[in-house]
Amino acid sequence: MTVKSLTPGRVFTYGLLLVAALFFLAPLYVMIVTSLKDAEQIRSGNLLSLPTTLSFESWHLAWNSACTGVDCRGLQPYFWNSVLMAVPAVLISTAWGAINGYVLSMWKFRGSEVLFGFLLFGVFMPFQVVLLPMSQVLGVLGLSSSIAGLVLVHCLAGMAGTTLFFRNYYTAVPRELVNAARIDGAGFWRIFWRIVLPMSTPIMMVTLIWQFTNIWNDFLFGVAFSGADSKPVTVGLNNMANTTSSVKAYNVDMAAAIIAGLPTMLVYVLAGQYFVKGLTAGAVKG
Amino acid sequence: MASSLHIKGIRKAFGKGDKTVEVLKRIDIDVAPGEFLILVGPSGCGKSTLLNIIAGLEEPTEGELHIAGRNVIGMPPAQRDIAMVFQSYALYPTMTVADNIGFALEMRKVPKAERDKRIHEVAEILQIGHLLDRRPAQLSGGQRQRVAMGRALARDPQLFLFDEPLSNLDAKLRVEMRAEIKRLHHVSGITTVYVTHDQIEAMTLGSRIAVMKDGILQQIGTPDEIYRRPVNTYVAGFIGSPTMNFIPGRVEKAGEGGRFVFDGGALDLPCPDGPAVTLGQRPEHIHLAADAAWRGEVVLVEPTGADTYVVVKTPVGLITVREPANTRVRVGENVGMTVSGRHNNWFDQTSGARLTAMDSSSLFVG
Amino acid sequence: MKSFENLLPKLVIAPGFVLGFAFIYGLMIWNGVLSLTGSRMLPNYENFVGLEQYVQLWSMDRWYVALKNLGIFSVLYVGGSMLVGMVLAIFLDQKIRAEGWLRTIYLYPMALSFIVTGTAWKWILNPSDGLQKLVQDLGWSSFSFDWLVQSDYAIYCVVIAGVWQSAGFAMALFLAGLRGIDDSIVKAAQIDGASLPLIYWRIVLPILRPVMFSIILVLSHLSIKSFDLVMALTAGGPGYATDVPATFMYTMSFTRGQIGLGAASATMMLATVAAIVVPYLYSELRSKPHDR
Repeated sequence: MTVKSLTPGRVFTYGLLLVAALFFLAPLYVMIVTSLKDAEQIRSGNLLSLPTTLSFESWHLAWNSACTGVDCRGLQPYFWNSVLMAVPAVLISTAWGAINGYVLSMWKFRGSEVLFGFLLFGVFMPFQVVLLPMSQVLGVLGLSSSIAGLVLVHCLAGMAGTTLFFRNYYTAVPRELVNAARIDGAGFWRIFWRIVLPMSTPIMMVTLIWQFTNIWNDFLFGVAFSGADSKPVTVGLNNMANTTSSVKAYNVDMAAAIIAGLPTMLVYVLAGQYFVKGLTAGAVKG
Repeated sequence: MASSLHIKGIRKAFGKGDKTVEVLKRIDIDVAPGEFLILVGPSGCGKSTLLNIIAGLEEPTEGELHIAGRNVIGMPPAQRDIAMVFQSYALYPTMTVADNIGFALEMRKVPKAERDKRIHEVAEILQIGHLLDRRPAQLSGGQRQRVAMGRALARDPQLFLFDEPLSNLDAKLRVEMRAEIKRLHHVSGITTVYVTHDQIEAMTLGSRIAVMKDGILQQIGTPDEIYRRPVNTYVAGFIGSPTMNFIPGRVEKAGEGGRFVFDGGALDLPCPDGPAVTLGQRPEHIHLAADAAWRGEVVLVEPTGADTYVVVKTPVGLITVREPANTRVRVGENVGMTVSGRHNNWFDQTSGARLTAMDSSSLFVG
Repeated sequence: MKSFENLLPKLVIAPGFVLGFAFIYGLMIWNGVLSLTGSRMLPNYENFVGLEQYVQLWSMDRWYVALKNLGIFSVLYVGGSMLVGMVLAIFLDQKIRAEGWLRTIYLYPMALSFIVTGTAWKWILNPSDGLQKLVQDLGWSSFSFDWLVQSDYAIYCVVIAGVWQSAGFAMALFLAGLRGIDDSIVKAAQIDGASLPLIYWRIVLPILRPVMFSIILVLSHLSIKSFDLVMALTAGGPGYATDVPATFMYTMSFTRGQIGLGAASATMMLATVAAIVVPYLYSELRSKPHDR
């Protein structure tokens, strides 16, 4: 990057970008700062004022004993629920997408493109439309209000998106590679294990991160299908922030929000490039 | 282990009813064991489809294919005991060169010791022994080509198939690799079918050439036969660079002391019955002659170092003449031309078919 | 032998696709059936009422409020995100020193759950202790900003939080699009004498039309689904002033015991999305040639 001279235009450019950066960072700042204040400081200070003394008490409360409705166990149980839900769901939906993508791109058959087209709608559809029937299905399967039920729903809902990602990625692999392997004597599974999967690291990363972010951050399925013991952290957070029972403790709310958002934030910071690839890939469909 | 290949009545069509597209119309070719057959033709002529059918990557609509006496139609590629080299090499990107070469052996459960031995043998022959631990991405185009060939060679198959393997290489490398392929064929003796659109490759590499167009086999024969006795104007114009000159005209008098007249000139040479025929003359069989009756204006002079090609504008079209390099002809000059009269190719003016007795080696397809 | 090779891929994906399609289309149809019943607290398939639920739906003030809010929110959310994103992308494309950092900063909100975003902004926009208090403390003592609890203005708070979350996405896509533009086109225009703003307006932006289209598509679809954000920020309130179809559907189905009505509203949402998405998908898949 060449160093350009400092013209008024450049100053304006940097200025605008800086202001924008402040706009985007402000809520994060507010969240952190508020969570470190005690109730007194919140009352006396304002949004941006720094804490006079650092108090980690709200973090303690948020994690261990804040109330989410009738339950006062903090965010902790819900956090672990999310973990138990997200990990299997992410792994299963990603693997599923990989195999589907593999078949749809390298073993095309008559009607496979049409099938893919119909599947694609599943990426766009509003999930409100499956909420009610799915509740009944989960009931019939004995999975209502359970983490396993949530995992099932997330796998079913995520399958269209993961298939899209893998299928598009594998389409760019030259057909000759598969032909060479067939001539060499490799069959369907062997080609997948020895040749295609080893080449899949980038898209695997993108899909895993994309799925994790979506599943961890989900609220709709969480609130519709979970019971007292299986609520994910998003539902817990929302309940905590919206309880009308006790006096509003904003510092606790902020601490809880940070806790809930931390995993996906961490993933973003550490592997942001894959996240962006997922976004741009997801939007450039087909 | 050289085997024969018999292609019998192979036809490939797509679509239904009146939207049917026939990619291969009816192909019959017999390839003797150890032969190096070239399939040559323009894009879309069906040569790659035919190769894929031989490989088992595509199924024909009709016809039979016999490799070493067995009809392999319906058999998946893995069981046909063939090896293929692709235009883009198709090397497995995440494996080392050694693993690439040995992959097929691994699929056939050849024990590791034997596999390694074979990999090293092949690497020796192709001089890529020092590259065995590298990945394809770290190799140059020429090196990748060798690895692709090594992968095929390691199999010791019944049949070698090449799908335009040199198209992605630069000119100098292409010449080198051509020689390499020829050498390998000599050493291994394996029956080979080689697809290319480059007629120079076809002429230099093949023991026999099959010229294809629009899914039909136009002619099959040795390079010499194809060059000297092309069976129609298409083959005549396809093989040979610069292209053969075509002079449409009328036979005034047939027989040994015949006379052929055309727009802007006439020639005395042995003529067929006619009347409407096209005379084909290669540039090396036409000469500039100061006082000849047939004249034209020079529009282009192309020195190639060894020869000079002179393009002359005449009423009957542009005629390319090959002259020695020291010719002093200049653009704009009015020149006369004669033909040697001993290498005449006569074609029917309407159908383009050759007008002489059929050779035993050429296939005449209407 | 050959036929097995052909059959295996189909066998492998068949169970998955059957499940997937059952989930997508099967449940969709089921929901449609449900919307034709008079179900209340529990599904009741005996009670077939035809289109009565839809009639009721379209006579409810609350539904119209939800639709109106959806309209306002969608336009402002999509438009706002695109505008902010485009501006940021254009400025970022000018060979900025700290580009990597800035991109990270603009995009991180996308990694957060809408619940987290909603919770944070709920505090920021808090009528007495949030933004209002901050500005007052800074000197402007008569500043008031209680939009969050004002029926007419609360929806705009949702817009602000939404744009904050998604502008980075628009920026990322625009930036990728800008980067994909051949430099020589811009240089040719500069040689032709065009100023930089003119170049952007007349040359660059038209080239980016497909990118804009993608962004509009994804953001519109997100806004129709915007359930999480509203629930966290306003819970549809005050009253139902910030209700959107998504929250309407949830409330009717799970809180108010009006399952049939909820199903009908879900079907309406589906129809809206389908109207936008299906033509797009159809044209996309048609234009791609079927390669071997």
